[in-house]
Amino acid sequence: MSSVNRRVLPGFSLSLGYTIFYLSVLVLFPIAACFVKAASLSFDEFLSAVWTERARAAYVLTFGTSFLAAIANLALGSIVAWVLVRYSFPGKRIVDALVDLPLALPTAVGGLVYASLYVEKGWLGRYLVPLGVKAAYSRLGIVLVLVFVSLPFVVRTVQPILEDFDREAEEASSSLGATRWQTFHNVILPTLFPALITGFALAFARSIGEYGSVVFISGNMPYKTEIAPILIVARLEEFAYGEATAIAVVLLVISFSMLILVNLLENWSRRYAR
Amino acid sequence: MHVETLGGVAVPPPVAPVAVRRPQEDPAWVRVSLITIALASIAVLVVIPIVNVFVEALAAGPGVYLQSLFGDPDTRQSILLTLTVVPIALCANLLFGVTAAWSISRFQFPGRTLLVALIDLPFSVSPVVAGLMFVLIFGLQGYFGAFLRRDGYAVLPYLFAFWGAALLVIGFALFRPTNPRARRGPWRATWLAVLSASAVLFGLLLFAQQALQVWPDHKSLKIIFATPGLVLATSFVTFPFVARELIPVMDAVGPDEELAAISLGASGWQMFWHVTVPNVKWGLVYGIILCNARAMGEFGAVYVVSGHIAGQTDTMPLRIEKLFQEYNLPGSFAVASVLTLVAIFTLVVKATLEHKVPRVTARIGESTASKGKP
Repeated sequence: MSSVNRRVLPGFSLSLGYTIFYLSVLVLFPIAACFVKAASLSFDEFLSAVWTERARAAYVLTFGTSFLAAIANLALGSIVAWVLVRYSFPGKRIVDALVDLPLALPTAVGGLVYASLYVEKGWLGRYLVPLGVKAAYSRLGIVLVLVFVSLPFVVRTVQPILEDFDREAEEASSSLGATRWQTFHNVILPTLFPALITGFALAFARSIGEYGSVVFISGNMPYKTEIAPILIVARLEEFAYGEATAIAVVLLVISFSMLILVNLLENWSRRYAR
Repeated sequence: MHVETLGGVAVPPPVAPVAVRRPQEDPAWVRVSLITIALASIAVLVVIPIVNVFVEALAAGPGVYLQSLFGDPDTRQSILLTLTVVPIALCANLLFGVTAAWSISRFQFPGRTLLVALIDLPFSVSPVVAGLMFVLIFGLQGYFGAFLRRDGYAVLPYLFAFWGAALLVIGFALFRPTNPRARRGPWRATWLAVLSASAVLFGLLLFAQQALQVWPDHKSLKIIFATPGLVLATSFVTFPFVARELIPVMDAVGPDEELAAISLGASGWQMFWHVTVPNVKWGLVYGIILCNARAMGEFGAVYVVSGHIAGQTDTMPLRIEKLFQEYNLPGSFAVASVLTLVAIFTLVVKATLEHKVPRVTARIGESTASKGKP
């Protein structure tokens, strides 16, 4: 097919050439510039930039909150996906559409409204703060906005798998005498497992890089509520470009390895599923 | 008890249907509690925040709302800036998306899977890091910073000449009749002619610079802390959207109709405009509105390259942050409500298009390469 296409359809070299050109100029070249800049630092400079106490606190906070948010989304997202696929209830299509809102809503708006909801006088804060739950300007707030921002990922990876799931396997399982829980645990869950892992990894990866919403709700206190992207911006505002780049490279390496990991996991689970 | 007999065999009376739950359905209490959990979490995470945006924005009445949107010159300027930056980034990514989808879903070539993976790369880069990259290249201390500051305007004719030449080449390739025998007049020209036309264009622009001083020497060109930087950062962050939505749709449609059009003598443009675009239009619209929503709302990357010069380089999301820092909550929420309306509009279009395009998941690393094969 392809050889026929290339002989008959026009524009192969032109479109491929433009694609590679634009990709290189806008994406690959800047990423390379970031690594080249980091490589121009000496090893000691690099280490002293990425391994300070403040930076370590920022990494721990970034990964801790992202992990918690991804775990929360794993539970919440699979419940939402299950409910959307298996049950019918009024307003289901609206709920289905609303799941995508965090992808469409600017992160700054998300951060702004979450910050105002959970302060002492806010709609939710006025009930939560007396109970001792302070979400605004705290680590809990960071987890909350990250859950919001990465909400669609688990739902949208699990949902199609669940829709395609072969109901006959379930019927067979129950007619062979399995309880509902056994069917879920031994028949449905293994099928969903790869999608759950992918969704988790995507939510986690998205949370690590998130900046716009966190900056509103975290209060940005060094050592306490300062995540790694905020630290990069702080270094930039001090015109410490080398240090900012070093931390950025650490983040880049981590997110690229996450990307490769996700792809490997998908390949592995596809083989495992067969 | 009356027992019917059928040829001497006793037939048991039919069992009255009892409302028994089929064993492969969840018990009612599970169903109710799961639906409750799902609805409650969507309500707390999504619905209450949206409602809150509009209530806070309109809290002091519609007069104050309009005043804080259009009365404040800096806010007005931020709206204008967003309306300048977003269309440029959108057009650039649209052109890229179409060419990328065309080359990837219509042709096989070595490195195709890698190319698909690379297109997704910007998704895994933190927006702040994306902004930082452009600062490293074009910022004052960046690789091109000193040169751009000294005489950045000298670059412009080369840039324009490059784009002009690219447009010439694209136009030539699109409008030239596909059948060699149908090529008459200028269409008989070879690529050499196109290249020399580009060279003439380049010469003209260079002449305009050197002799007419259209772009004077020793004038600094600001990219970082100015609109070009905002465009670059926004384009980077929204880079994959159109291509990602378009590739699966184009894969699903297949090349048959295009092959037919070409073999019936259509030019590249005729094939593209009359066959390809109608076939993939919903995927295209879908990609554009998603790209638009993300471009309008981009914060992190733009934050780093903008420099926050009030009334000059603040886009709408940056304006929200600045008003928030100044404790001007009504103003902040007024701008936020506009962006929320854009997001809701995006969702409505998305929901209506959902059944027209193949289901597009929110997966990032998803490889579309395997789907392309028939």
